[in-house]
Amino acid sequence: MSLARAHVLVGVDDEARLAGVEEVLAALRAAIADLGLEGEVQVVETGSLGISGRGVVLAVQPDGVYYAGVTPADARPIAEEHLLKGRPVARLRLPTTAPVARPADVLGRQTRVVLANCGAINPERIEEYIATGGYEALGRAVTALSPDDVLDLVKRSGLRGRGGAGFPTGVKWSAVRTASDPERYVVCNADEGEPGTFKDRLILEGDPHRLLEAMAIAGYAVGAHVGIIYVRGEYRLSIARLERAIADAEALGVLGEHVFDTDFSFRVEVRPGAGAYVCGEETALLESLEGKRGWPRIRPPYPVTYGLWGKPTVVNNVETLANVPDIIRRGPAWYRTLGTPGCPGTKVYTILGNVRYPGLVEVEMGTTLRTLIYELGGGLLPGRTLHGVLIGGAAGAFLPPRELDVRLDFDALAERAAALGSGAVLVLDESACMVDMLSSVLRFFRHESCGQCAPCRSGTDVLVRLVTSLQAGTADAGTLDQMVRIVDAMRAASLCPLGQSVALPVRSALAGFREEFDAHLTGAACPRCQATVHARGSH
Amino acid sequence: MKEGTVTKDAIASRHPRSPEALLALLHDLQTANAGNYLTPDDLALAASHVGLPLSAVRDAATFYSMFSLRPRGRHIVRLCESPNCHLAGAWSALDELRRVLGVDIGETTPDGQFTLELTSCLGACGVAPVMMVDDEVVGNLTPTRVRETLGRYRGER
Repeated sequence: MSLARAHVLVGVDDEARLAGVEEVLAALRAAIADLGLEGEVQVVETGSLGISGRGVVLAVQPDGVYYAGVTPADARPIAEEHLLKGRPVARLRLPTTAPVARPADVLGRQTRVVLANCGAINPERIEEYIATGGYEALGRAVTALSPDDVLDLVKRSGLRGRGGAGFPTGVKWSAVRTASDPERYVVCNADEGEPGTFKDRLILEGDPHRLLEAMAIAGYAVGAHVGIIYVRGEYRLSIARLERAIADAEALGVLGEHVFDTDFSFRVEVRPGAGAYVCGEETALLESLEGKRGWPRIRPPYPVTYGLWGKPTVVNNVETLANVPDIIRRGPAWYRTLGTPGCPGTKVYTILGNVRYPGLVEVEMGTTLRTLIYELGGGLLPGRTLHGVLIGGAAGAFLPPRELDVRLDFDALAERAAALGSGAVLVLDESACMVDMLSSVLRFFRHESCGQCAPCRSGTDVLVRLVTSLQAGTADAGTLDQMVRIVDAMRAASLCPLGQSVALPVRSALAGFREEFDAHLTGAACPRCQATVHARGSH
Repeated sequence: MKEGTVTKDAIASRHPRSPEALLALLHDLQTANAGNYLTPDDLALAASHVGLPLSAVRDAATFYSMFSLRPRGRHIVRLCESPNCHLAGAWSALDELRRVLGVDIGETTPDGQFTLELTSCLGACGVAPVMMVDDEVVGNLTPTRVRETLGRYRGER
């Protein structure tokens, strides 16, 4: 990294590409060259800056000024006014939730651990990761700590799996460490598919080395020498950046044979998925990695004793692993200063829907939904009122406005904790119909049910028919009770969490919005539902 | 045909001879076919390359939504129908896709250019409603944007 007076950080991901980021980059570089600023201003292509739905977004640091909706024609004014003369271009500025130098720009407080480097470094340059303290934790682990020391640090940090179940990561690692079979694996679950979430994609694209470092640390702690990242097949940019990062890390000797010149070896492979939501379930993922259809296994045995190829396997989610390097480097005591006693650390959310500032945020565990929506998301669009929130995507919970003050952590959410993992927060204003939203969720499950077990295969199909009858105005008085009986049976009898989790959206929607469902039974036809039924046709 | 066979073998040789490589190999074989699908020969090649029975390869290939065993259009249009995109108006985009392409979901246009499919969340919810055309993510869909995008791909033939 050469020294520069200012850095222009340009978020490059699918969204930005769609908005023409390549043309903006070219125009920006040309304008900077024209003005003779190449020596003092550096343009850095980085991951998403965490701001969604606003076209090309860029940040000028150290000024902490964010610009959104930037077009090639804006490049010259930005270069001339801001970079040359020091006067930010007001018409393009965006108030932001990201950490910036000037508190006046901050809508709410973020605490960035997992996302610390996202949108701040060039993810395709390993040197930039190292300059932020990257690979220091791995170096220290393999040269100065025993595997048991590493396990102890992770256990004492209180880190819990961000995939949904909130299982203590240190306990999982210990189980693999003490397994009798010496052949072990570390698998990263990057098969992100929960509707409304893309946090893992932005971590993979924005800071791939953090994940590689974490996997190597996990490998050292549990005695594994191979790590596999199972990534959604659609995430082409993530796959490309990971492969580049692996090659760079091996060339520097921080991955591969003799990590940091020690006897520890650790190789990482990237495997693409092929479009199956159920493969986000860990045993289905393992089946898929073995070249089979992604049918969940019957548990127990659990992956910690019987995982990939029947060997002891750590399966961790991207966000969980992304916490590990800082825990080793800065210690469990530091980590426990964040979040709540039972759920230390931070959580990453995607705030979407009818909200002013959609995007990706990272806040401490235990932050309330109200803070997320009204401070970090900037509240609803002017003149709109909050109708409800769907947290956690399809396998999530519908919450009415009276539950806005619920603390978001695994303990406070109790039986709804599974909704926390994906971090999807879909804000719905009065224009949304909850029956219509639930029908979308149930269609998702019908499509993604893997077909292995009958409760889920048939249950999702019947549920879609019932909710469609509600939408079409042909349901009868028993329909809602029938839906509840079906999801309860699915929760009890389905083979894997996919079928079991359908109870959460259905029961929470009925609990929070019962009058709205009743109105679909007896009241006037719902225009929103009618439009959906009409548009779907036979599908 | 002979040339095709040589190319397919070359594709296979880039992958390890292990079942772990199956999905990645199937992706590459499918992309190499003009019709965006896997032929019986592809499945047989994959089976012998990774050392699985043909039945097991077929079993896997029919499970995943990104694979097809039937010829599809040159371009695959996949519209997201997840709750986010639904809220943002995915169904009006679908109306326009149906109207412009003249086909329904799962069908291919008579000229073999486009296949229309629905998909689960594409992870680009910030710009909902979203579709993918081949590898390109196209968001903030309006009827106009749908028409423009399809026109652009039509022009590329």
